[in-house]
Amino acid sequence: MKAQTNNGEGAETMQPYMSVKNVSHVYPNGVTAVKDIDLDIYEGEVVAILGSNGSGKTTLVKHFNGLLTPTKGEITVGGLNTKKEKISKLSSLVGYVFQNPNHQTFLPSVRKELEYGCTNLKMSESEMEERVNKAIELFELEDKLEDNPFDLNSSQRKEVAMASIMAVSPKVIVLDEPTTGQDHKGCKRVLDLVRMFKEHGHIVVLITHDMHLIGELNCRTIVMNQSRKIADDQADIVFSHKGIMKEAGLQPPQITSFANDLSNLDSSKTYLTVDSILSWIKENKEKKEEAVQIGSGS
Amino acid sequence: MAEQAIEVTNLTFEYPDTEEPVLKDISFSIDYGEILGIIGPTGAGKSTLAMCVNGLVPQVINGEMEGDIKVKGMNVHESNVAAMSEHVGFVFQEPENQLSQMTIEEEIAFGMGNLGVPREEMLGRIKDALSQVSLEGFEERSPLALSGGQQQRLAIAAVLAMRPTIMIMDEPTSMLDPKGKNEVYDVLKNLKAYGMTGIIIDHEVERIAAYCDKVLVLDGGEVQMFGTTEEVFTKIDRLHELTLHAPQVTEFLSQYNQQFDGKLDLATTVKKAVEVYESANK
Ligand SMILES: Nc1ncnc2c1ncn2[C@@H]1O[C@H](COP(=O)(O)OP(=O)(O)OP(=O)(O)O)[C@@H](O)[C@H]1O
Ligand SMILES: Nc1ncnc2c1ncn2[C@@H]1O[C@H](COP(=O)(O)OP(=O)(O)OP(=O)(O)O)[C@@H](O)[C@H]1O
Ligand SMILES: [Mg+2]
Ligand SMILES: [Mg+2]
Repeated sequence: MKAQTNNGEGAETMQPYMSVKNVSHVYPNGVTAVKDIDLDIYEGEVVAILGSNGSGKTTLVKHFNGLLTPTKGEITVGGLNTKKEKISKLSSLVGYVFQNPNHQTFLPSVRKELEYGCTNLKMSESEMEERVNKAIELFELEDKLEDNPFDLNSSQRKEVAMASIMAVSPKVIVLDEPTTGQDHKGCKRVLDLVRMFKEHGHIVVLITHDMHLIGELNCRTIVMNQSRKIADDQADIVFSHKGIMKEAGLQPPQITSFANDLSNLDSSKTYLTVDSILSWIKENKEKKEEAVQIGSGS
Repeated sequence: MAEQAIEVTNLTFEYPDTEEPVLKDISFSIDYGEILGIIGPTGAGKSTLAMCVNGLVPQVINGEMEGDIKVKGMNVHESNVAAMSEHVGFVFQEPENQLSQMTIEEEIAFGMGNLGVPREEMLGRIKDALSQVSLEGFEERSPLALSGGQQQRLAIAAVLAMRPTIMIMDEPTSMLDPKGKNEVYDVLKNLKAYGMTGIIIDHEVERIAAYCDKVLVLDGGEVQMFGTTEEVFTKIDRLHELTLHAPQVTEFLSQYNQQFDGKLDLATTVKKAVEVYESANK
């Protein structure tokens, strides 16, 4: 299966922005968490990484900003070899929201946290203010600006981490389980954020167990299983592969299972959202009506 | 009414540093063998309510409480948390806060030790609990050298090994893969077969609709809805007002009715939704 850019341009002629070459990672206790991974990611792509607990997703993405370095193989990001660059240099290219926000360090107030990333970027006061305010608005942080992130619960802390990345807007954004613990509104906000980054041409790498989110995005999807990459394709294609789904302990969104059980839908398609089924029904009804009109006209 | 497994009457609770109560005049009850799902937006008071039921609030986490909570007929207020832990298992929202010991085996033994489970019995229970969460073979590993979802599985195993008759789980599946999420709900369903009682908090409503007997909807510290799963998830407009959602199939049927002038019943599980839709579109 070959990688595709989101805008459908021929991937082969383009240089990947990030390139993972034959990478393995063995932790000091001897656990092999990532094995023989090859992966190219192109400008403007949204890439989801799915797979069962312990399959190596977090370990893999921690390599993208140099938090971990491969014990075998090489990774380049924007032409830089992650083994040879300082973390500070890499983290200006790759923003990372941790799976466990307790592992993320924060400044003592939400406002300071949001401003901090921008002060490193040498921008004007007014631009910084504009960026920070946009993030405050999207994440509805108005009442929490003077709070210490440490006092917030973990889903709120994750939102602060996402807001601060939104203000900085690095080239690559890595979100490790961004919707964990979020309510319906929070999940919608994550979806909006990913779409916004995509619109502005960023690369988004997204680890998630939230199948609704993947259903909405229907993006390029990597599946990890037992430290290896076992699939790399658009989400609807991955979701239609029963073998891969079973092997990786995956389940499509509920609405997909529902659609699969219906007898009169177009069975060559995989429906990932409520809206996609409704549109199909609507089109189909219109076609039938047309057919009836033509039939009665002759 | 005969004695219920959990009876909450006129519960009001306020943390020391908040101006308003975070729980306001809450009353509900669940019978032995029932599973209750609690849903509601962030900050609604779900975790606080769950911790009131096992006495952690206000006995360990302080605040001012009014009202009455009975678990298996015992007044939670008058029993201490340690005594309650013999009956009530509690899986915390943030698994990391629950983990402390040196190896996974010790981690699970810790809770049982507090209950006075004999050593000979512990090994069998550890094995059992680890297999229920698919962590066999991890006995000697440090809990810190686990993935996020594996840590959450461990936190669940530690509580299962204590064999409580009432199980309270606060977003226990938030980091689990889809198969793991199903397994946790299956564990609850199995306990139910033994007459045990469960409370589960979750933001994902599809499994709540498929597994729970009753649902309580909390918002702003107040009970907004309480009833059978069907009753709650078919009141879709009310859920939307509360920024919540029904299961995807229910949302679909409701939108289908709106767009195509349909009169389909609002089913809440895949199987029933397929039946409803197919019988109307033959
Ligand atoms: N220890 C505490 N001291 C003071 N206020 C608290 C404390 N714990 C929670 N709160 C506040 O009480 C309210 C209810 O919090 P709670 O954690 O019970 O909500 P929740 O419904 O579980 O939310 P979530 O879905 O985010 O887990 C919130 O406004 C929260 O900020
Ligand atoms: N610090 C560590 N030291 C040793 N082994 C680790 C460490 N962190 C994770 N592991 C192991 O490495 C493997 C991959 O873990 P990783 O955290 O990458 O999984 P994941 O796919 O992100 O899982 P999850 O969905 O649960 O977050 C697992 O077997 C895990 O037990
Ligand atoms: Mg992970
Ligand atoms: Mg909570």
